Amino acid sequence: MSTELLLLFVLMFAVTYPSRAVPLLAPGIERLPPLALLYLRLVGPAILASLAATNSLVASGADGANVLDVGIEAVAVAACGVLVAWRRNLVIGLAVAVAIVFVARFAGLA
Amino acid sequence: MPAGQQPLGWEVDASRRQLLSDSLGIAVSSGAFGFVLGLAARDAGLTPLEAGAMSLIVFAGASQFAALGYIAAGLPWLPILVLTGLLNARHLLYSASLAPRLRYIGLDRRAAMAHVLTDEAFALSAAHFHRLGRVDVRGYWMAASVGVFVPWNVATVAGALLGGAIVDPAGLGLDIVFPAAMAGLAVGLVTGRRELVAAAAGAASGVLLSLAFGIGAGIVAGGLIGPAVAMLTPESRSQASPDSDMAGVPVDVATATSELADLDEPELGEPT
Repeated sequence: MSTELLLLFVLMFAVTYPSRAVPLLAPGIERLPPLALLYLRLVGPAILASLAATNSLVASGADGANVLDVGIEAVAVAACGVLVAWRRNLVIGLAVAVAIVFVARFAGLA
Repeated sequence: MPAGQQPLGWEVDASRRQLLSDSLGIAVSSGAFGFVLGLAARDAGLTPLEAGAMSLIVFAGASQFAALGYIAAGLPWLPILVLTGLLNARHLLYSASLAPRLRYIGLDRRAAMAHVLTDEAFALSAAHFHRLGRVDVRGYWMAASVGVFVPWNVATVAGALLGGAIVDPAGLGLDIVFPAAMAGLAVGLVTGRRELVAAAAGAASGVLLSLAFGIGAGIVAGGLIGPAVAMLTPESRSQASPDSDMAGVPVDVATATSELADLDEPELGEPT
């Protein structure tokens, strides 16, 4: 194994790990004000929805700029969300989302 | 056990079964893209051992793909490290969100848990904690290992080894699994008006700011703006109940303390 590459991976770890660990390891996190704790509890739904929306609605345009793209991917993601809300089962939602995208692409619709 | 909770053993087992089922769905996606990463690593000139070491040590998908492109192009390390740091900055939010709930776990265990804290691990474990109304350390490790860590690392090495036997995940529609899973797990966390507003505002601001400043910045901005907007929203009546579950409960130190005190119960388990 290349020692140089191994060093690069260790450095990549060194710039990644703090963002994962610092809040978890910080002393006194339980002494945050109640409003801060409430804020942190709302981060979950906010960032997961942000990840879902950006990954399904934003695409790279021909000139490299990001553009809004409401395509079959957005439909599939929305269908998954609705199914999970209805059936409380993520696997069913994922299966339907994959099926929608696969069929649409196979049929040349996307 | 806090008043209003269901019997612990049944609830933990049922939630873990759901967690395992959800994790397996996400593992398909993790495995498929880990395989593609292995192929990309091979194309960039890495051996299977080097590709495997990268996934094991860095364990951050998007930044690994970006770094491989830079390595293949022969770019210097500084831009690789800056890009890696920026792409992974969103983990700060995950870590900060989980930190108050995990504060009674030993420091060494939290340090280990941090390395496997990914989008998927956060999403799966947050949904699991939400179902339980408190934390479950073994559940966290199930989510992180079954959903991501094991399939990602095994598939990276497999991709680097097998090379030509390529299955394009996008061709099978598997590229939709990640955003769909994030949407589904976000839906699972919406238990009241504030969570709904946080999710809607996070999604809207994430998209708008992605168009202006790039997807990485948009995702983080969505995670920051969504909760801020939600806090301006009056809480729904169900959220005011002291028996509300973890995601919807108003911040109440006594309730939070009783939830976390359950960590001492043996059923919750610890990583081995």
